Amino acid sequence: MKFPDFIVTQLDWLANQARANSLWPMPFATACCGIELMSTASSRYDIARFGSEAMRFSPRQCDLMLVAGRVVMKMIPVLQRIWLQMPEPKWCISMGACASSGGVFDTYAVVQGIDRFIPVDVYVPGCPPRPEQLIRSVLDLQEKIKATGTVNAREFAARSEYEGPTSLAIQLAPDETMVVPGDYSTSTRLRD
Amino acid sequence: MPDVQQVLTDRFGDAVQRSVFRDNVRYIVPVDRLIEVMTLLKSEAGFDYLADIAGIDYLHYPDATDRYGVVYALANSETAERLYIKVLVNDPDPSVPSVYPLWKGADWLEREVFDMYGVAFDGHPDLRRILMPDEFEAYPLRKDYPLRGRGERHNFAPVTRAES
Repeated sequence: MKFPDFIVTQLDWLANQARANSLWPMPFATACCGIELMSTASSRYDIARFGSEAMRFSPRQCDLMLVAGRVVMKMIPVLQRIWLQMPEPKWCISMGACASSGGVFDTYAVVQGIDRFIPVDVYVPGCPPRPEQLIRSVLDLQEKIKATGTVNAREFAARSEYEGPTSLAIQLAPDETMVVPGDYSTSTRLRD
Repeated sequence: MPDVQQVLTDRFGDAVQRSVFRDNVRYIVPVDRLIEVMTLLKSEAGFDYLADIAGIDYLHYPDATDRYGVVYALANSETAERLYIKVLVNDPDPSVPSVYPLWKGADWLEREVFDMYGVAFDGHPDLRRILMPDEFEAYPLRKDYPLRGRGERHNFAPVTRAES
């Protein structure tokens, strides 16, 4: 049987296949999650199996921003500028507890999750996450791209609203203080 | 090299208070005689190295009489002796004379104490914030500053997906 030398498909499908299987990460590694990120890229876990091995240290050549580690308020303008410098289509993975929620660093200088300032597609829990978890997040992102992507990135235009968390119900007012660790007999937090 | 205690008591008498804790020798010096003491220690007692400058906020501290402390850690590179000099300052406008003319290394150390505690160093050539952003207004290591800040960490405009 002779097969035709062409296929009929949607352009969206073709673009999604190409994009999902060659995600080029921009490593925005600020803390210990960066070590796990390096481990994921090296030979034992080898993120190249999933097409994401080409770490580019210039945002203009990347389509996946991988924020690994805590981000302080002084870094937010830099983070946003790097995000804006990346060409469309682009995605963002928030790796680890600190990038996703501030982690244990609930202080005046550390932002409580990068999703308050830039859009995030996939969150990876863990402190730090194991390389398997990071690989899983890349696979999840590939599924998301294949399910929702369009050739001219129409799906991003629909996301015009702020996607981050609303102000947290459990977040205390700034003048409220925390009990020093060790007073576990009462509640963990105390009003001033 | 003359004995430090001898040198200081000969010159300043009761103006400096000496105390020893686990072999650490500390002197509390009145702030208006700090430069005199430091010059003496550097030129006559051989303390040629300024190891560190630290700030302390004594708010709510038991039995504290003053609000801020600034501690200078000095070292003698020949005898490996170490010495801690403390000055105490108070609100409003706490200020300490800069030791930059004696040790150039005091530049960034004093900027850090200024950044975190708001203690000004008179005569410092470039007294700016060193760790916090320039537009930051509070002094975060003061005890009356809340741990979570006053909302500074959230004062940025979010970037939405459609506009990026």
